[in-house]
Amino acid sequence: MAAQEFVMQVWRGDSSGGAFKEYRIPASEGMVVLDVIHAIQAKHATDLAVRWNCKAGKCGSCSAEINGKPKLMCMTRMNSLDTSQPISVAPMKTFPIIRDLVTDVSFNFEMAKRVPSFKPRPKEADGTYRMQQEDIDRVQEFHKCIECFLCQNVCHVIRDHEENKKHFAGPRLFVRYAALEMHPLDTNDRRELLKERMGLGFCNITKCCTEVCPEHIHITDNAIIPLKERVVDEFYDPIARMIRKITGK
Amino acid sequence: MSNGSAALQDIKTLKNVKTLRKDAWWVEPLLTFAVLFSFVVYATFRAFEDNYYYVAPYLSPFYSPCLVDTCAHVSWRIFGKMWLITPAMLILWIPGGFRMTCYYYRKAYYRSWWLSPPACAVRDGHTTYTGETRFPLLIQNIHRYFFYFATVILLFLWWDAFEAIHFPDGYGVGVGTLVLTLNATLLSLYSLSCHSCRHLCGGHLDSFSKNPGQYGVWKTLTKLNERHMLFAWVSLIWVALSDLYVRLLATGMIHDIRIF
Repeated sequence: MAAQEFVMQVWRGDSSGGAFKEYRIPASEGMVVLDVIHAIQAKHATDLAVRWNCKAGKCGSCSAEINGKPKLMCMTRMNSLDTSQPISVAPMKTFPIIRDLVTDVSFNFEMAKRVPSFKPRPKEADGTYRMQQEDIDRVQEFHKCIECFLCQNVCHVIRDHEENKKHFAGPRLFVRYAALEMHPLDTNDRRELLKERMGLGFCNITKCCTEVCPEHIHITDNAIIPLKERVVDEFYDPIARMIRKITGK
Repeated sequence: MSNGSAALQDIKTLKNVKTLRKDAWWVEPLLTFAVLFSFVVYATFRAFEDNYYYVAPYLSPFYSPCLVDTCAHVSWRIFGKMWLITPAMLILWIPGGFRMTCYYYRKAYYRSWWLSPPACAVRDGHTTYTGETRFPLLIQNIHRYFFYFATVILLFLWWDAFEAIHFPDGYGVGVGTLVLTLNATLLSLYSLSCHSCRHLCGGHLDSFSKNPGQYGVWKTLTKLNERHMLFAWVSLIWVALSDLYVRLLATGMIHDIRIF
């Protein structure tokens, strides 16, 4: 039988600390977690801070940890949760809390500034670029990213080891690096940067980023591992290096 | 362990919380640990048992290729009588290394053995973390070399499957033939779905349209790669069962059934 009301335990607090506060909201059919949070705002806590925008899983604003799992609040239906128990909603753990469910995600934008830009090869004789659909199919998967930063949030490299933020770009940025590195027109080589200063070697392939991605991007299999293999080509494969030297490719 | 609702009331800061997950997140790493641990124990026992690995025409995959003169069935005489310990040690480091450095198994054992992290959104079991940036984990980067060596071993396993139709009384097919053929098939699927294989066969290219042949291979390998985890587990379990089948035959505990 469907719950008559939802019992929510929502994190209230700021960078100095806080607590989970319980709220009870009448259940309606089709509600998602963000609807319930809005109902709490409307009826019980008008000062509850929450970041949201599209309510359609495309803006990447309403990332949170629902029952401890990183998810978009707007895409998590209440009937997918065990509503016989209280539902916890907490802010993303990896980023500094500003207030309640709102975190400071500027780390991601700082890391984005360090990505060497797209550098296309010279145009062809007729002044255009040409590439085929099969050349960019692979890259288009990466362009689905909505920058919700759930992958960055769940990645234990920075989630549990704050000190690694200095030298670890994180899965979202690795997706961006992969999109550029695999682009048929791009001529920049970012492999040394990835190895030395972006911390690609910190990733131990535990695939949590892939598990939480609301756009179902195969972050580990299609972005991070191919980047690791490209780094191996350049730095850890003496035979490949020798062949490249001999063939000049 | 997960935090129940009562425990939530005591939390004053989120930084030190191990996890807020309420589901049984520990089941998957526990099962993974149990299966991998069982395999390691069984494989180690069989490698050092140095017996019951051949019964005509079946050679256990744990001893193939057998490269020593003293083997019950010599695949390729390379080491003569100089090799004094079990011949399995000459070859098992190759599939062992291939699986140890495999991108899928890394996920499996980093989670279940090393607790780094034990599950998503569950706190890492270690206070410091350097990932695969330092020795010895830097060795993970030579996965493709293990892939090359494992491919050679695989060729021998296919040869063994072919040899498994040569019975002392002529050609035929027994249950063991099917067991060894399926073993070679599953190990082939596991190898071909390898991320390094996918990269080497086409993934390294930026422009597929200029290399249509490699693009075709890459697309096929990508489809296999999507099931790499499945092939990793099924092939692991089947290779152990194949060895067990040969052992049971060799010890006389069961008898092979000739299909024709």
